[in-house]
Amino acid sequence: MIAETGLIALWLAAALALLQFALGAIGLRAERNDYFAAIRPVAVAQGLFVSLSFVLLIWLFLRSDMSVRLVVMNSASVKPLLYKFAGTWGNHEGSMLLWVTVMGLAGAFIALFERSLKRQTLVATLAAQAFISLGFYAFLLVSSNPFERMFPVPAEGQGLNPLLQDPGLAFHPPTLYFGYVGLSVAFSFAVGAMITRDVGAAFAKAMRPWVLGAWIFLTLGITAGSYWAYYELGWGGWWFWDPVENASLMPWLAATALLHSVTVLATRDGLRAWTLMLAVVAFSMSMIGTFLVRSGILTSVHAFAVDPERGSFILALLAIYIGGAMALFALRVGTVKEGSRFELVSREGALVANNLLLSVILALVFIGTLYPLLVEAVTGEKLSVGPPYFNLATGPLALLLAAVMAAGPLLRWRRDNPKALLNRISIPVLATAAALFALALFTTGMSILSLLGLALAAGVGIASFAPLWKRNLRRTPIHTYGMVIAHFGIAVALVGMASESSFTEERLVAAKPGDEITVNKWKLEFEAIEPLAGPNWTALEGRMTAQYGDGVLHEIKPQNRMFAAAQTQTSEAALLTRWNGQLYVVLGDGDSEGRWQVRVWWKPFVTLIWYGGILVALGGLLAMVGRLRRGYKQRKQREFAEAML
Amino acid sequence: MKRLLSLLLLCLAVPVSAQTGLPPAPYADRQLDDPQQETAARDLMEELRCLKCQSQSIADSNAPMAGDMRSQVRERIAAGETPEEVRNWLIERYGNWVSYNPPIDSAVTWPLWIAPIILLFAALWLARGRFRKPKDRE
Repeated sequence: MIAETGLIALWLAAALALLQFALGAIGLRAERNDYFAAIRPVAVAQGLFVSLSFVLLIWLFLRSDMSVRLVVMNSASVKPLLYKFAGTWGNHEGSMLLWVTVMGLAGAFIALFERSLKRQTLVATLAAQAFISLGFYAFLLVSSNPFERMFPVPAEGQGLNPLLQDPGLAFHPPTLYFGYVGLSVAFSFAVGAMITRDVGAAFAKAMRPWVLGAWIFLTLGITAGSYWAYYELGWGGWWFWDPVENASLMPWLAATALLHSVTVLATRDGLRAWTLMLAVVAFSMSMIGTFLVRSGILTSVHAFAVDPERGSFILALLAIYIGGAMALFALRVGTVKEGSRFELVSREGALVANNLLLSVILALVFIGTLYPLLVEAVTGEKLSVGPPYFNLATGPLALLLAAVMAAGPLLRWRRDNPKALLNRISIPVLATAAALFALALFTTGMSILSLLGLALAAGVGIASFAPLWKRNLRRTPIHTYGMVIAHFGIAVALVGMASESSFTEERLVAAKPGDEITVNKWKLEFEAIEPLAGPNWTALEGRMTAQYGDGVLHEIKPQNRMFAAAQTQTSEAALLTRWNGQLYVVLGDGDSEGRWQVRVWWKPFVTLIWYGGILVALGGLLAMVGRLRRGYKQRKQREFAEAML
Repeated sequence: MKRLLSLLLLCLAVPVSAQTGLPPAPYADRQLDDPQQETAARDLMEELRCLKCQSQSIADSNAPMAGDMRSQVRERIAAGETPEEVRNWLIERYGNWVSYNPPIDSAVTWPLWIAPIILLFAALWLARGRFRKPKDRE
């Protein structure tokens, strides 16, 4: 009965979404206030029903109900509880249901708490949200019913991809989905504002928390995904420009650009059309991110749901959403004034440079990801576009962007004096030059990109704190601290990336127990190999000790795991983290003479990549808290003033 | 079609050669003694696709075929071939699919390389005339 109840709840939620859309669309056309009043409760009810549906699906997974096809295909009763739970969204149908659930909850949240937007704009926003959700409901109910029963009922499920049996990955997809949904909410706001022709500072202020929230989740999602790939796949890489990685990077790039342009709109009432355009692009990218990954067009390690039959449905949805969004933008952009103007050397000017650079990088990632598909479709020739292309095409632009990021916060709004800027930024420039000189002197074999990246990171790291210079630190608004920390995080991540790609040392050996392996200052003793059994896997575990210089002796245990249910082998790398880097040890296969393949890497400062990512997200969180607090205070003051009158 | 066929044959050939007990690829997981050659080989391996995997380079894959290719790359580099020669030899055998670095002088891949320049100009063109000149200060 649980499955049927879930399906009924899903149908009801879909019907409510249709009602929500109709109320909004007809209400706006006929200007019926009673329709406007009804749309809020409908949005809340839709959120509740779709959540009920999702909770029931989780319940089915937790109790391993093997009469439900989705549970059979993606779970097994022997699996640890956490992964039964996470298995709910580790598959196509479940992740789509998660998407639309988050969307429904966001709609309910807006209906309950959004107070600063004009009424018509709010109604149009909720209608746009319902329209987007309808596509997902149709997709779920027509072609990917998560509650479908299976007969005869099998005794055991087929398990989940063992690579995905990892706490990092259990929460990686939902994090990204929160980000995608946040961007779709921002897009709904943009649609609402375009429909009611209400594009201005107030609208930007209402939209900004959603953009910020989405951006925080995307940042965390990408950081976590990168770290997961790094330690779980066992090859020590943290970013491969894989199509699926790119699919999550593209919405982040668009969101980053949108975040900065919405600030111009909220503070200076400029860049109106451009901000709308970015909202449309960010939403399109999150749709492409979701659907390309789910459709299996981009086959890669992540594509665990390869089903070409759903492809056409997905492409039709993409065309309706993105085509509709672009059409609405094209129709309405003529009536949107660009807003306040400004000079080239100004805070706005730097933010425009940020936007253009991010857009070009985004376009390059987009082209590099989809061009091979296009060529294959047209000529049948298969080609690969990978790290060499993306690093060369986007790297220099990213460094330029980092330089703009250092200068931007030091500029005044509207217009500034170039000489004054040079004066303010002299210390960071000197730091960069000094770092460049030192690196050129003391290192060999660094690529130009890494060399410049490392040198620039020194300057950017210092410049990121410059906005706090000579200010009363207690009276500096929280969101300024947010910006400082986020920009500093970028510099930190840049150091990690450049250092990893330049200074990594690798050692591959076939070692017998008793052998010693050295890499950099590390000395490893290979002691023994022992068998081990887990809940649904067996493993061979290498027992080793590792010592850095004359430091403490650490025990490390890299594993080679065998999952019986899926007939898959995974390697569990052993990681030892020091302040100045990470030791990464992988145990490979054994040979007939009792030697084991051991791969050892020493990666200086590699952890800074993810610490940087976390700092960036933390900065975003501070900015959001600061903005929301200020908005709340201003509203209270206004209400107080009105009450006094 | 020919390419597809040879790929298919190759897929079949790998397990067969394993069964006949031929010596395994000696340099699949063994580094070259000369660190400079090893670095060159490593850099190249990171830019070559493992043909039997999903989106992995041969440097990162445990697949037997990736091991064979790694061994080939290391042996050829040790024999004095330049990385580009090794890459071209592999492209001749497997097509552009094998290299993650799309060639600039190929009929289908050159647009990728001019895209950055075109996009940069497009961005500058978009920004042109948007800014107020310092002279028209009110």
